[in-house]
Amino acid sequence: MEPGGAIKKAGSSKEIKTGSWRTFRPIVTDRCKGCGICVQFCPEGCIKVDKGKVEIDYDYCKGCLICVNECPTKSMESKREEK
Amino acid sequence: MTRHFMEGSKVVAEAIFLCKPDVVSAYPITPQTHIVETLAQLIADGRIKSKFLEVESEFTAISSVAGAVAAGSRTFTATCSQGLALMHEVLFAIAGMRLPVVMVVANRALSAPINIWNDQQDSISERDSGWIQLYVETAQEAVDTVIQAYKIAEDRRVLLPVMVCMDGFILTHTIEPVNVPDDVDVNKFLPKYKPTHALLDSTIPMTLGPFAYPEPYFKLRKELSLAIDNSKKNIEEINEEFGEKFKRKYGNGLIEEYRNDKKIAIVSMGSVCGTIRCVIDSREDTGLVKIRCYRPFPKQDLVNALKEKETVIVIEKNISLGLGSGSVLSEIRDVLYNLKEKPKVVGAVVGLGGTDVRSKDINALIDKSKTMEDGEVEWFI
Repeated sequence: MEPGGAIKKAGSSKEIKTGSWRTFRPIVTDRCKGCGICVQFCPEGCIKVDKGKVEIDYDYCKGCLICVNECPTKSMESKREEK
Repeated sequence: MTRHFMEGSKVVAEAIFLCKPDVVSAYPITPQTHIVETLAQLIADGRIKSKFLEVESEFTAISSVAGAVAAGSRTFTATCSQGLALMHEVLFAIAGMRLPVVMVVANRALSAPINIWNDQQDSISERDSGWIQLYVETAQEAVDTVIQAYKIAEDRRVLLPVMVCMDGFILTHTIEPVNVPDDVDVNKFLPKYKPTHALLDSTIPMTLGPFAYPEPYFKLRKELSLAIDNSKKNIEEINEEFGEKFKRKYGNGLIEEYRNDKKIAIVSMGSVCGTIRCVIDSREDTGLVKIRCYRPFPKQDLVNALKEKETVIVIEKNISLGLGSGSVLSEIRDVLYNLKEKPKVVGAVVGLGGTDVRSKDINALIDKSKTMEDGEVEWFI
């Protein structure tokens, strides 16, 4: 390690898969219009809209459910994670 | 080299000026004020091209210094007492990130009751923060130690912050003849700081002070502990090198012995060592071991200096509340624990809140130490 734990490699936080912290999993239903409001609100930046379709990166989603709360068409649901 | 007849604070500011910090950030607090006031004047007069940050608290002073040093600058700040206590959180962060900050602490008592005068409670309370702590006896030593402090802190083998502790008022506000080194000599001794593990450069992006899981955290704390322990040899080396160049050095850099061939030894730190020297000059039975470097604690040097004594008297200006004595007494007893024949170690808590430490009290303490029990503590009040 560098003195004081300095990290000289950019983007190293990607190595920590925070998805395992999740208790509730947000799920996109087929009511979704692909407006992308959830993309703006996701604090982890792990939602993207690809060709009108919302995709969630479950490797990093911590399950805060802000996306479910903000969805204007109530198209997102949440389900408890089973571990 | 020029000889000045100057107030301690002002001459320390002159020494900082010679070290050319890029950024100075400080909040005024008695008795540190004259140091930063003089530096602010030097910068305002255009004598150095430093940036002086006028901040609203000590917390911001030390935080902005942390930011500046992380961006690759040489920095300076100074404080004491409540101001140092307010910096507490950031002190640990700076040491943990291995940032070479230099700070002068103009030692002052902590509240309550509020008191502006000298004791060493403020900096001794920060002994576990990972900062190297050097205690000085005179304004001359303060000047020389500040210059050495940058060289120690920035040494690639060290990379640790350094606190130069000088007794408030006794050293900061009294006038003393002091030799101030020449600019060219200081430039040779202390070249420009070249940061490697902490700098702001968009072509080498880096993260400082990141989150760490338990194991890497523990590993880094252990590395920090080893780093501060290992810095002892660098502090010694730099004191030697300073001695060769400027013809002044302070013991071996860690401790300084004076007439230490007697049966009794006094252990102390800071300006009170001047009074103790004066007292033992008039006696035949006592020597002095001055601790210059309190962190890292020079265990082996102290064992060597004290192992053949009958009595060791620890005179200190702090009290570890709940322990019933100062911190240095318990640490001295710790280092002597493994000796087969241990000296008797007694303590004295002196000078709290700026109370005068008189030579007659020290004389009486030396006499009394002969009948005191091991571990007993005397209070000069």
